[in-house]
Amino acid sequence: MLETIKRIFLLDLLQGLWVTFKMQRTSNITTEEYPKEIPKIGERYRGAPRLNINPDNSETLCIGCDLCAKACPENLIVVGTERNKETRRLDLTYFTYDLSRCMFCGLCEDACPVDALELTQDFEMASYTREGLIWDRQMLEEGPRPTKYTR
Amino acid sequence: MESVNHLETSEMVLNMGPQHPSTHGVLRLVLKLDGERVKAVECVIGYLHRGVEKIGENRTYTQFAPYVDRMDYISAVSNGLGYCLAVEGLIGVEAPPRAQIVRVIFAELNRIASHLLWLGTSALDLGAMTALFYCLREREEVLKIFENYCGARLTTHAFRIGGLQYELHDTFEAETRAFSEMFKKRLDEYDQLLTNNPIWIERLKGVGILTAEECKSWGVSGPMIRAAGLAWDLRKAQPYSGYDQFDFDIPTRQGADSYDRYLVRIDEMRQSLRIIDQALEKIPSGAIMAKVPKVLKPPPGEVYVSIEAPKGELGYYIVSDGSLHPYRLRVRPPSFINLASLEKMAVGALVADVVAIIGTIDIVLGEVDR
Repeated sequence: MLETIKRIFLLDLLQGLWVTFKMQRTSNITTEEYPKEIPKIGERYRGAPRLNINPDNSETLCIGCDLCAKACPENLIVVGTERNKETRRLDLTYFTYDLSRCMFCGLCEDACPVDALELTQDFEMASYTREGLIWDRQMLEEGPRPTKYTR
Repeated sequence: MESVNHLETSEMVLNMGPQHPSTHGVLRLVLKLDGERVKAVECVIGYLHRGVEKIGENRTYTQFAPYVDRMDYISAVSNGLGYCLAVEGLIGVEAPPRAQIVRVIFAELNRIASHLLWLGTSALDLGAMTALFYCLREREEVLKIFENYCGARLTTHAFRIGGLQYELHDTFEAETRAFSEMFKKRLDEYDQLLTNNPIWIERLKGVGILTAEECKSWGVSGPMIRAAGLAWDLRKAQPYSGYDQFDFDIPTRQGADSYDRYLVRIDEMRQSLRIIDQALEKIPSGAIMAKVPKVLKPPPGEVYVSIEAPKGELGYYIVSDGSLHPYRLRVRPPSFINLASLEKMAVGALVADVVAIIGTIDIVLGEVDR
């Protein structure tokens, strides 16, 4: 008897519809309005790489040890160094980072002994060309500058 | 001369995929149809083949860890856990107790995320569109926990060989507890939405039956074999990473059809929540990383470690020849082997049921093709 009533009035379907109806409340809306509002990103987010500079003397923190290049599974970091005759230390001549092959695993960041290379919270790093994704030292130090669009 | 022109009745060959929304990726099915009935199925795979096993032979043990996340990208944490356990077995290191419990929590959160995506997409295939939005909304909460912990949402690379790279973030406990509280209620809502829904039942009940005997002979594992009544779960059968400390049940059903696979997965999410709640109570303090040499050079030998991934038994077989790179690395992916049983289930079924059957096998093509 109960089964027949359920069948005629589709009670089980109505139960499901009630769930759908309850979700109409605005507090249940979780859509992120991305380009309008920049989403909150985790502190440890692994995004665009950055080569940190020392804030005191604005020199690079990188000591040119090549450990990040060795740690990278995709071999996409190239570190160029030159031995400074006076200080007997390695000077950084160039540093390229190929973002087009990067999978943001964070192994380079872990390998860096002086916290010079860091994956930051920036995530807007699209480019119109493939070459634009190969970041040089200047780009790595300044970070991506995405175009700001306004209405 | 024959004047009567009979209507030609012949088999029709239909290509389903590789770009079909309900084959969950780039799976191509060559269906031989007799009207609406399926006479023969041929799976064509390999559209997403990236040669992960070969890549493994050219990377060091540490470097290969991010690649395993990209096989079953829905449950990257479980993949990473299996790989880390395998390499740890090779070098004879065990992760510290704190790392083990944290690994369990993340693996279970990932199981929930994986089952949620499965529930959403396969409900969408069968015409229940709203379930997708609700499931993805809850999955987002899990992904936020992942992002806050390790910095990535999907391909997490959360674990390292020998333990964990990152200490738990400050808000981790609060976030996970809040999720657990919220999700218990949400699960009841899914029940209300789908479990008794007459359309849902009609589409799934009695569709794609694979009995326990057949499951065993096809090597099927995971929720599929549990829906056939076999309580086979590697977390209980050969506990790893401290799963023996937790009190949980293995949900089973007897029907062996698509509907029971759905029920088993819903129950599994409840059990995962139980494990998470227990684990949160007893995260020990201490180190998160065991003593592992910077340059990993395992002694010559081989190891096979399998874990219970959300989709079934995920195994890693690694042969080491004592050098920096694995000599051979073989993955036993659950969805590849579960997919093999599709032919058994789909032949004789209706075309519309093929969608339901693929849906409830729960395949990820990244893992099938590797």
